[in-house]
Amino acid sequence: MSAATPRRDYSLVGPAAKSAQDHGLASAQWYACPVPRKQLKELMRRKDGPALRDTAIWALGLAVSGALAYRFWGSWVCVPFFALYGVLYGSASDSRWHECGHGTAFKTRWMNDVVYHVACFMIMREPTVWRWSHTRHHTDTIIVGRDPEIITPRPPDIVSLLLNIFNLKNAYAFFSKLWLHASGRLNAEEETFIPQMERDRVYLVARIYVALFALVAIACLVSRSILPAMFVGLPTLYGGWLAVYFGATQHLGLAEDVLDHRLNSRTILMNPFFRFMYWNMNYHVEHHMFPMVPYHALPALHEAVKADCPAPYPSTLAAYREILPALARQLRDPTHFVQRELPPASRSVPVGATAVV
Amino acid sequence: MSDIWIDAGAADDIDAEDVMRFDHAGKTYALYRTDDDRYFATDGLCTHEQIHLADGLVMGTIIECPKHNGRFDFTTGGAKGAPVCVNLATFPLKIEGGRLKLRVA
Repeated sequence: MSAATPRRDYSLVGPAAKSAQDHGLASAQWYACPVPRKQLKELMRRKDGPALRDTAIWALGLAVSGALAYRFWGSWVCVPFFALYGVLYGSASDSRWHECGHGTAFKTRWMNDVVYHVACFMIMREPTVWRWSHTRHHTDTIIVGRDPEIITPRPPDIVSLLLNIFNLKNAYAFFSKLWLHASGRLNAEEETFIPQMERDRVYLVARIYVALFALVAIACLVSRSILPAMFVGLPTLYGGWLAVYFGATQHLGLAEDVLDHRLNSRTILMNPFFRFMYWNMNYHVEHHMFPMVPYHALPALHEAVKADCPAPYPSTLAAYREILPALARQLRDPTHFVQRELPPASRSVPVGATAVV
Repeated sequence: MSDIWIDAGAADDIDAEDVMRFDHAGKTYALYRTDDDRYFATDGLCTHEQIHLADGLVMGTIIECPKHNGRFDFTTGGAKGAPVCVNLATFPLKIEGGRLKLRVA
């Protein structure tokens, strides 16, 4: 890292937050690819069918793999079943949390809410906190000092990234904040994006979560076995790697402080199994540009806007062939980022691309 | 509120169960048509993050903000839950000779 390059401040309550506001990057107008109103309305149209089908498959997968893991507990045969159960619990819950949080997965509101709360518990994300955190992430995507969901700063925190392959640092942060919230407090950053009227709900849910995790701990103590935690709690750790594998591709290594999702997000072509697990969040540019389009309509949205977007990555591995060298270079040069190439005739809003580095 | 009604375009400019943006005198409005041909008007911007509601989705009498899933009942302006906490202002809208007439403050 060059001695002349100061380390940026990524907190939401430091100088970068003020700088973002001063540069017009907070709550700004973002570029959107032109999509005719009638077509966009059709794409935004809600359905229950796809999410009911996918949730049924997900629940069945959890039930069958969980039952077989239980059946073979005590022998090595249980390992592949726990591996599958863990990925369905600790990774597939990430996209379910996400889509239902947007309120778009199902047409029926309460179905979104039920799956949202179940998935939040599975992925260890407090529902009210993360609803507001993610709201901010969509308002100010990868705007330093504003976005609470930037995975790693520049230069990258490699140790944290590695620890989070198994959600170790995330889980530590989750339980630390859970305790804080259960005691009726928020941290300074959370106070910037969680409105006053929502805070009692944060405290209540935190207390419920503490009680649920205490029940799991008691069940382990009473049964003198780790088995209860293998089904509730630990899967977030041992099964969370696939969500990390997907999630790290969304924005890592791309531009900060730009008002164009085509420059700070990736769309990756994935196989049907990955797209089921990830609920089509591989179409991430499209999702950020039109967040009210349900996951099942994202492939059609991709077709509608792809001529106005950078070429999608042909595979997740192709994305990592870009991400890993970019992170390595950012260790030495934190100003480095991958500059996405827009189609020649495309109109962009490059505000901030060079204004704040 | 004034008694002046502003011409806001043809009633048929809005599809059934849809919304249209209308700007006047430096303010922006959202004009709605339900699927049974009732018309309503509200402030044009979401009370949460100042996003144009005319880019959102109408479902029954609910307008959903295109950015964060904030929902309002556009017949009353009532906010329907997080992330919107503040109600929308509503404005009288009528049809005269096939034209939308909006009464603004």
